[in-house]
Amino acid sequence: MAKNIFTDPLIDDNPITKQVLGICSALAVTVKVEMAVVMAIALTIVLTCSNLTISLLRKQIPSNVRIIVQLIVIASLVILVDLVLKAFLYDVSKQLSVFVGLIITNCIVMGRADAFAMSNPPKEAILDGLGNGFGYGSILIIVAIFRELLGTGQIYGTQIIPAWVYFENGGFYMNNGLMLLAPGAFIVLGLLIWAQRSYTGYVEE
Amino acid sequence: MDQAQHLLSLAVKSIFIENMILAYFLGMCSFLAVSKKIETSIGLGKAVVFVCGVTVPLNWCINTYLLKEGALSWTGISGVENLDLSYLNLIMFIATIAALVQLVEMIIEKFSSSLYTSLGIFLPLITVNCSILGASLFMNERAYTFSEALVFGISSGAGFALAIVSMSAIRFKLKYSHIPDGLKGLGITMILTGLISMAYLAFSGIQL
Repeated sequence: MAKNIFTDPLIDDNPITKQVLGICSALAVTVKVEMAVVMAIALTIVLTCSNLTISLLRKQIPSNVRIIVQLIVIASLVILVDLVLKAFLYDVSKQLSVFVGLIITNCIVMGRADAFAMSNPPKEAILDGLGNGFGYGSILIIVAIFRELLGTGQIYGTQIIPAWVYFENGGFYMNNGLMLLAPGAFIVLGLLIWAQRSYTGYVEE
Repeated sequence: MDQAQHLLSLAVKSIFIENMILAYFLGMCSFLAVSKKIETSIGLGKAVVFVCGVTVPLNWCINTYLLKEGALSWTGISGVENLDLSYLNLIMFIATIAALVQLVEMIIEKFSSSLYTSLGIFLPLITVNCSILGASLFMNERAYTFSEALVFGISSGAGFALAIVSMSAIRFKLKYSHIPDGLKGLGITMILTGLISMAYLAFSGIQL
């Protein structure tokens, strides 16, 4: 049981490709692998902590004000993460701009808090938070690898495509600038969803 | 005159060039969930324009008169002139949005039942719509003035409405086309959004 809570969100019940949660930030921070990694870590921390807190408080929270309580818990955690990023990773935090703040309204955090942590004990809630965080992070990093590689020829800031194949150096290759713009993100994620759903055999009606 | 031109240019920029969905990916969740039907997406579009147009200027006031460094100096209390509460802005913005949405819902329910039935179910959804909080955060990051914040709020809402209505019109047509199984629903919607977004890139660089 505990194993499934952790492993299901990685592929079969992935928060992005299956549950359709948290798409906004998934697209925006995937220009570079570095940003995607930082965002994935930040979200996993917020998600795990908020799941734990909500799960501990679940018997005290009256159901009619639960959304507000969840929002306050999440917003406080996000402020902490935002301040830590500003202190230790200022450049990345500048690039992520508003998207760290937008973890508050990231549907994954709210969705898991409401659907899982409100009705399960802390241990399962932590596993669920970690699993969903990793599931989200893996999609983010895969999309970022494609976009950074095709858009700039680099992965994590290291040049992967050798310099001599470039057109400027007498070769034949050019970077696809479209990958760095918004359409690239939509199309890469669309194709990834196709691949993932062909693998799991899930069909949407 | 210059001011009016500047605001008009800002409006065009935030509707077409820096569109909330197509350039910044904000509000994708509700965009994907609601764009299945034209009527519902028009309803959500109207609600977003309205809430965005109210919350962005309101959050501007909160930020300027309560949170920014030295913002509390108007109270005249000694010791608060240099107080910097800007680390609280995330929690204040989301609280304002949540409270305002509740308030707006109650007011419309009381005074205009036809508007309530057309917006009704979408208002609670809006609290967690990234584009609303995103608009407030962008307003803060780009240090807009009050009139700029007002124009930016309304026009970024309008950009969201434009994108969601055009998407729902395309998805209506999609019902009659043969799509590979794994691509049905979310996959094809993503790729189509990418194509629309590519078309919108043609607007970039327009300056009034």
